[in-house]
Amino acid sequence: MNIYSAISSNKYKTWLIMLLFVLIITTVVYVFSKALGYGLELAGIALILAGITSIGSYYYSDKIVLATSAAVPIKKSDNPELFRLVENLCIGDGLPMPKIYVINDLSPNAFATGRDPKHAIICVTTGILSLLDKTELEGVIAHELSHIKNFDIRLMGIVAVLVGFIAILANLFTNHLWWGGFGRSRDDRNGNAQMILLLIGIILAILTPVIATLIQLAVARKREFLADASGVLLTRYPEGLASALEKISKDPHSLKTANNATAHLFIINPFKGKDTKKWFTSLFDTHPPVEERIKILRSM
Amino acid sequence: MNNTLIIFAVILIIGAFAWYLYNSIIVAKIRVSEALSHIDVQLERRTDLIPNLVEAVKGYAKHERELFEKVTQARANLVSAKGPEEKAEANNQLSKTLKSIFAVAESYPDLKASQNFMELQEELSDTENKIAYARQFYNSNVLNYNAKLQVFPNVLFAKLLNFKEAEFFGATEAEKKPVKVSF
Repeated sequence: MNIYSAISSNKYKTWLIMLLFVLIITTVVYVFSKALGYGLELAGIALILAGITSIGSYYYSDKIVLATSAAVPIKKSDNPELFRLVENLCIGDGLPMPKIYVINDLSPNAFATGRDPKHAIICVTTGILSLLDKTELEGVIAHELSHIKNFDIRLMGIVAVLVGFIAILANLFTNHLWWGGFGRSRDDRNGNAQMILLLIGIILAILTPVIATLIQLAVARKREFLADASGVLLTRYPEGLASALEKISKDPHSLKTANNATAHLFIINPFKGKDTKKWFTSLFDTHPPVEERIKILRSM
Repeated sequence: MNNTLIIFAVILIIGAFAWYLYNSIIVAKIRVSEALSHIDVQLERRTDLIPNLVEAVKGYAKHERELFEKVTQARANLVSAKGPEEKAEANNQLSKTLKSIFAVAESYPDLKASQNFMELQEELSDTENKIAYARQFYNSNVLNYNAKLQVFPNVLFAKLLNFKEAEFFGATEAEKKPVKVSF
């Protein structure tokens, strides 16, 4: 996989995910409306709504991701060193200057989003700015710029919004199912509605592994290795990124504003410690082991 | 009848291949000149900063006239330099004279402490970094373009259409070799 095949495969997979989203939503609604005796109208409405959501997420996934992460934009005067660092690396990569956002959180992490290099955003936490020195930060930013250059950001943004949307719903319903949110009520008036919710829950529970597989497919772990490698090609200093990854992975703070839908965007899995042992989180395990990445970087 | 069809098909295939080749070489060539313009932007920023620096230093160290002349000369050489190799050389010369200016500044504490001088120093070192990155981007594009011209069968077309290899911008020998990324 080189950068040019990565770009075209990313563009193609983006369309595929958008299409699958519309298909899944419409099918689910169709099955339900059939079962409950409604006509085709519901499925038609679902088709239109899913289509709008799909196309909307193509243009607005970055804004949604930034909003759910509680990221705020900063100006050059707020952090001139960071801006200079990004400017320099952009010149080295021949990319236009992205916008820079900051998340006020102790957990050190970073991600890039947007739909193409002209509409790109790099987001860092205040934790990473205080934890890393200049060469390490350079390694991290170069890694993120590679995601921008490869059009990873477009695909990952769409995945975050569309697949994440279903995943969060499924997560919500399965948790309620397991912990007895439904079916315990003895209120007969609500019985029918409860049944419907239960059905949705079951369907979504079945869909969850499928969705997880979709995410896995889309965010192929190779992507992180490729971004590591092409980032290093830019900085010419593998040790910078290697020691950055080491420091970030040793830090105990979890990123509060990250969730299952956005986890795959970050340079390192934002869930730390015992969180990672939950079956649901491990299903969405989107990052290759840090030790492996560091080992590869150190052997360059 | 059959023969003419075959000949026609062969001509069509060769024509399509030549078309594709020509376009890919042109795209690589455009990338090279675009990358060069990135360097030029930074070089220009550097040459624009130098008169200000000279003025700032003059205020504190009037008698270093010889040094100012050297810097001004080096700057003029860079402005008039043509082509990547010449520019790289002139830029290196300018870097050397700038180093001696900053060395002289060490012995003038007032100058060193002045806000204006510190800002200029920071601006210049930032520009220097940017030149280094722009150079890296340019050289990687040159490498890509030159490689396109050298491989078979492109080399035949390139000779025929008189494509010339691009000059590196002050690259070391190691930079002139392709970097392999493999998994």
